[in-house]
Amino acid sequence: MTTTSFFLYVFLGIVVCFSYFHLSNLALDFFSEKNSNNFSKKSVLRPYIFIAPAFIILVIFILYPVVETLRLSFFNKTGFEFVGIKNYVWAAKDPEFKRAILNNLGWLLVVPTLSAFFGLVIAYLADKLWWGTIAKSIIFMPMAISFVGAGVIWKFVYDYRGPGDDQIGFLNAVVVSLGFEPQAWMTIPIWNNLFLMAIMIWIQTGLAMVIFSAALRGIPKEMIEAARIDGASEFKIFTSIIIPYLEKTILVIWTIITILVLKIFDIILAMTNGQWNTEVLANLMYDWMFRGGGDSGRGSLMAIVIMIGVIPIMIWNIRRHKEDEKS
Amino acid sequence: MNKNILTKIIINLLLLLFVVVWVLPTFGLFVSSFRDKDLLATSGWWTTFNTNEVNEIYRTKTFEDQIEENGKFFIKGNLLVKNSGKKVISYGITSKEMNKYKINEKAILKNKSEIEISENGEYVWKSDEPFKHERGKRIFITALSPPKFTLDNYKEVLFKEGIGQAFLNTLTVAIPSTIIPLIICSFFAYALSWMKFWGRDTLFALIVASLVVPLQMCLIPLLSIYNDVGALFNIGAKSYPGVWMAHTGFGLASTTFLLRNFIKSLPNEMIEAARVDGATHYDIFLRIIIPLSVPAFASVFILQFLWVWNDLLVGLIFLDQVPSEIILTAKLRELLGSRGENWEILTTGAFVSMTVPLFIFFALQRYFIRGLVAGSVKG
Repeated sequence: MTTTSFFLYVFLGIVVCFSYFHLSNLALDFFSEKNSNNFSKKSVLRPYIFIAPAFIILVIFILYPVVETLRLSFFNKTGFEFVGIKNYVWAAKDPEFKRAILNNLGWLLVVPTLSAFFGLVIAYLADKLWWGTIAKSIIFMPMAISFVGAGVIWKFVYDYRGPGDDQIGFLNAVVVSLGFEPQAWMTIPIWNNLFLMAIMIWIQTGLAMVIFSAALRGIPKEMIEAARIDGASEFKIFTSIIIPYLEKTILVIWTIITILVLKIFDIILAMTNGQWNTEVLANLMYDWMFRGGGDSGRGSLMAIVIMIGVIPIMIWNIRRHKEDEKS
Repeated sequence: MNKNILTKIIINLLLLLFVVVWVLPTFGLFVSSFRDKDLLATSGWWTTFNTNEVNEIYRTKTFEDQIEENGKFFIKGNLLVKNSGKKVISYGITSKEMNKYKINEKAILKNKSEIEISENGEYVWKSDEPFKHERGKRIFITALSPPKFTLDNYKEVLFKEGIGQAFLNTLTVAIPSTIIPLIICSFFAYALSWMKFWGRDTLFALIVASLVVPLQMCLIPLLSIYNDVGALFNIGAKSYPGVWMAHTGFGLASTTFLLRNFIKSLPNEMIEAARVDGATHYDIFLRIIIPLSVPAFASVFILQFLWVWNDLLVGLIFLDQVPSEIILTAKLRELLGSRGENWEILTTGAFVSMTVPLFIFFALQRYFIRGLVAGSVKG
């Protein structure tokens, strides 16, 4: 596509969008003015003009696919033949799938916990120092870049050269300078998962930190002052006052990062593509979408498994918003 | 009092430690992207600012350049490239003994001829017999190389490796994929906040539920819809408009949710007053809501734009992996596979892909953080 045709496309797209809303609203005004009971008719119809495009897209891109994916998980690889729970039975026995489930559980355990922990500690420390804002800004920066970009950054950190050569990966350079053997970090099973998780923690800590930082400002100063006068140490204040006070915020951050981790894909695809026992559900699903001409049954099944992990959070979210609406 | 100072010092050091750990990986990448590719492959980026020892192989001139003086034969020249700033410290004439001779020390060859090399790379090769060699003699030198920065990597990556094209492709994907949902969802959000219609609360609950629906749930059916539509009109299933629509679909819930929360928080009286004056909802939306919502639009715009810019999965599935369509993240991932050891390409490519997000991050930090924090629930 050339630059001119690109701008033309973009311009046209936006014009179509605007003119739909403008013309349909004008038409509504025009036709209902001739009508005697215009006001009611206008107010009955207009909301549907407002919601129609978004609603149609919601149905095509989210609602229908969700139902269809559920259906496909009970069908064969082409999606035409009903096979019952055969895909699920296959998955229960497949070692690759089991490995992916275990790894995803590991990610779920480690990443939200450590991100929230580091985020809280950094937010708390930064609040006390004059250069805290700068520090926070630096730690938040990884949130801006792509997972693939982060993958390249960390692949460089983890780079491995043979024992005789100069190490160009930072981690191995440190290890060698301490007198140990350099390691090919990405190929050591189990540990390599932790090194991949470190990337995600590096990214998500910034998010946790910013949310905690806002929540910390809500803690009454008097409470902390009182504890300090009573002789409580900084550490004691942190564990006995701050953490209990932030319970709800911790839960919110934990759910956000959990959802992200359930879908973790880019980092794995870019760094190992699931080799050396680092497979995760989303990457395995991507693989099955195309492996052997694609298997929509098995692929869908993996999407369903990710979805099952999300459902409790979804219900909790809807309840929370219903309560918010009432108050 | 002493205890307080100690606490303060510990807090400072601890935070500094965090900052250093967080910034070092990115800093290493940044510095590396400006390094010479040979140095990059043999020494760590932290040595960039040091003077490095490098081992290099050069050839002398051939017999054609010999001169005769007082019955002796000489070949003179300089091994090093002009202005390289390198200083020779030792040299050798066989690969087994690369450091045998110090500078200004004479190396004596089998045929009794003598070579002498000085610090600046100049050499004199002296012989009693005329030279006959047609290929220059190999000389192994160890030299000190001063820190050097170059833009060569950027030139190579942008124009030869196709990252420049991928950058434009990503822009082509990202701009419409941000503006279209913004327009559609602002109307939707207004209707959800201030208009009365059947099923409004259910629709909002549906949006909240869609917020966390994993992208993976939608991919397989959508891909088959795209294939069907492509076959029906006899066009490719994968195209830019297709990707715009996909991103609009996946960004719809979060964009609507954020805008709705903002629009709902606007004062009720203002909208009621306009209604009483006979303004239609469309007038209210254009004249009151849009001007008041600019900050919210900015946050949502940045959030969606960055999401699309950094996306890999949607770009992999809904675009062909050909030079005219491949996006930056997909290109980087491809390079990680095919050029995994060419760090000059990887570091530079990665940094190019980060320029736009980093610019937005530093220039619009306030909106950026607000948007990311509010929209971090996106599925």
